[in-house]
Amino acid sequence: MVPLWSYILLGVVLFVIGAAGVLLRRNILVVLMSLELLLNSVNINFIAFGRHYDDFRGQIIAIFVIAITAAEVAVALGILVALVRNKSTLKVDDVTMMKG
Amino acid sequence: MDQGFFLLFATVSVITAVTVVVARNPVHSALALMACFLQISAIFVLLDAPLLAVIQIFVYVGAIMVLFLFVIMMIDVREAVLQRFLPGGNLPALVLLVVLGVEMFVLVFWSDRFSATQPVAVSGGDQIRALSTTLFADYLLPFEVASVILLAALVGAIVLARKESG
Repeated sequence: MVPLWSYILLGVVLFVIGAAGVLLRRNILVVLMSLELLLNSVNINFIAFGRHYDDFRGQIIAIFVIAITAAEVAVALGILVALVRNKSTLKVDDVTMMKG
Repeated sequence: MDQGFFLLFATVSVITAVTVVVARNPVHSALALMACFLQISAIFVLLDAPLLAVIQIFVYVGAIMVLFLFVIMMIDVREAVLQRFLPGGNLPALVLLVVLGVEMFVLVFWSDRFSATQPVAVSGGDQIRALSTTLFADYLLPFEVASVILLAALVGAIVLARKESG
């Protein structure tokens, strides 16, 4: 039997790697992929805790996270295609149209 | 047995996740992310969640990663391939990451709640039937809201990616 902390530890490691991708990479595509990695590491935590406490809510929330992720990726890639068509750049630093 | 499989899947998933972040070519990142998702779905099987494992493969590997690969094919990534990955270039983000990682490690190992080897409660029986009953009885409204969100995202993605007509 694998103890709970090893699953939590795997989630932590994957979360830190994904956060590194979001914060350090400048390529929009890789930033989006790292975002997927972040959401997946959270899913591992949800399901591990759900199994540990014998509660289905962990799995149900993971299902909702996956559904929302699919919606998010569709919209994000639509925005990316529109951005590349208008501005022809893939770097996060070059996208300053909104002066943020 | 379980422990060996967990170690194998966890190691491969961490290695592929690092590859996602450090790979210079976005296509390599996408393929490494696909491998990582497969490992994570295997971990879901170890966690007694076979339905989630199948959903993970269908949605992530089957839909999301194919979407990524199509977008990579649509746009020209050759300019992005040339740019270097310099982790030292962004010091505040690096410090933030180290603090975040250390904090989470300390919290996991400090708490005695995570050290229990056996689950608090174990139930047998038909897991998927009970899961679907819970999903469609107690969580029907969030389920419907999720479907409306998916529809809105579908329409939004089509509108965003369409060529502007005048």
